[in-house]
Amino acid sequence: MRITQGTFSYLPDFTEEEIKLQMRYCLDNGWAISVEHTDDPHPRNSYWEMWGLPLFDVTDLDIPAGEIAKCRQAFPDQYIKVNGYDRTRGRQTTMLSFIVHRPKQEPGFCLERTEGQDRRIQYTIRSKTQLANQR
Amino acid sequence: MGGNNNAVKKSRWAAGITPYAEMGYYDADYEPKATDILCAFRLVPQDGVEPIEAAAAIAGESSTATWTVVWTDRLTPYEHYQGKCYRVDPVPGTDQYIAYIAYDLDLFEEGSIANLTSSIIGNVFGFKALRSLRLEDMRIPPHYAKTFQGPPHGIVMEREYLNKFGRPLLGATVKPKLGLSARNYGRVVYEALRGGLDFTKDDENINSQPFMRWRDRYLFCMEAVNRAVAATGEIKGHYLNVTAGTMEDMYERAEFAKELGSVIVMIDLTIGYTAIQSMSKWARKNGVILHLHRAGHGTYTRQKTHGVNFRVICKWMRLAGVDHIHAGTVVGKLEGDPNAIRGYYNTLRANQLEADPSQGLYFEQDWASLPAVMPVASGGIHAGQMHQLLHYLGEDVVLQFGGGTIGHPDGIAQGATANRVAVEAIIQARNEGRDFLNEGPEILQKAARWSPELRKALEIWKDVTFDFESTDVPDAVATLTV
Repeated sequence: MRITQGTFSYLPDFTEEEIKLQMRYCLDNGWAISVEHTDDPHPRNSYWEMWGLPLFDVTDLDIPAGEIAKCRQAFPDQYIKVNGYDRTRGRQTTMLSFIVHRPKQEPGFCLERTEGQDRRIQYTIRSKTQLANQR
Repeated sequence: MGGNNNAVKKSRWAAGITPYAEMGYYDADYEPKATDILCAFRLVPQDGVEPIEAAAAIAGESSTATWTVVWTDRLTPYEHYQGKCYRVDPVPGTDQYIAYIAYDLDLFEEGSIANLTSSIIGNVFGFKALRSLRLEDMRIPPHYAKTFQGPPHGIVMEREYLNKFGRPLLGATVKPKLGLSARNYGRVVYEALRGGLDFTKDDENINSQPFMRWRDRYLFCMEAVNRAVAATGEIKGHYLNVTAGTMEDMYERAEFAKELGSVIVMIDLTIGYTAIQSMSKWARKNGVILHLHRAGHGTYTRQKTHGVNFRVICKWMRLAGVDHIHAGTVVGKLEGDPNAIRGYYNTLRANQLEADPSQGLYFEQDWASLPAVMPVASGGIHAGQMHQLLHYLGEDVVLQFGGGTIGHPDGIAQGATANRVAVEAIIQARNEGRDFLNEGPEILQKAARWSPELRKALEIWKDVTFDFESTDVPDAVATLTV
């Protein structure tokens, strides 16, 4: 399966040039770019691993592009995303976040149901990678 | 009132009738204080009634006055408590006037929309001396705004909670709006969510009818939501409408929705201001997003010379504390002038606003960091309008494609995918610096080359527009600034 988190998951994967254009948009807005990666793309996983600190003062697009390349090399089987962060008052949050690298095989998720009383079902969603790691 | 034009001028305190304007409810020299609540009313006086007297009557009846002089006023610092009309402007080319009235903060209970509205619109709209009356705008000073907590989550928290950034959220209202069984209803939810929508929604009149009781609907919808989450790896939600006949019933339904793990519940405007504030409190306490459908608002917001402008409802609802509110589409099937809608959206989302007659904003407004409300655009919109929707409505909005998802010839999931592809393609183009409004059709056509879902949607709805004149447009008179 293809997980569809991120701003552009329904489009064909971006080329290097297309990724740069989106990062240009971040820089033009004064947003700090950061790169994060994970092997657990659970929808509630708020904290992917940081590939270094957010690039606060960077204006040269080759720098984040280089970080993405290094991260890809280090974690070819993981998900990698690029975030644009706006620190301005009233926002102080992520403004853009899109996946730039995926594992060749995306394992997906299991939906577990625990039946309770009165037809209630407790749902638990587990990442298949996490399940595999536990075994 | 106006019938006393021939009366001999009498002392302010003599028993009997004194024109409101002479009792202090009109004061052209009054300078509004930073703490005052300000109102702009659009009024048409009856024949023979002076506009200033009519405006003073509104100020009087919405604050301290009654129809005759009462000596008990003298037991109070009445000058302080009187509402004061400080300006009356004719609206060129009409028989209408805009009356500006200032109310002291002491007139209002903290944190109560019921109290605020009982004063401001409680008594004056039935006034015989007025042919018509409309509340156009209010300035809520930070001193009063800060007595409310506002939206339980707000736009920023909602996005962080849902892990969705950088694009409008997408939704659909399940159709047909009445008659589906709970199991069939859940099917629509599952298909729409797995196809790419973020939310599906109960309609305003889906509560608990014989064909589908609320508890059954909730159970099937949550099965659908969770299956779609597992299928996409995204957080999804269905707005479970908890609107009911009593607060006890609403709390019961909301509790059940929470226990089933729903990220969002929904209420209708028809439940009333106090019930909305109670549900807001519940939503904050329980970490559930609160969606408000503005059911019924058209009865008093639509006609230009009667009722309450929707921008005022937006302000009350931001104070009362809802996370979502339906606020118009510009291009869809429901009423909405583009400039007026821009004014509503800005009122809901911005922290500080300047007065802007072109958007119908009569006053500046400082929300003092009260969280923002996510506007919802719903009603007759489809993927082919995506560039216009983004242009008019911006990024922090929920775009709801009901028919525009479920009506897709290949299926509901395909309809959902068409909408998601369209929004992502337009966002990509916008971020790349392209003129997405003018190049929109071309951008969508290009995406349709590799997306059969979008291609079909563009074909089937290509000629659908709703091009009617709005009944409610701003006057855009340059003199309307305070």
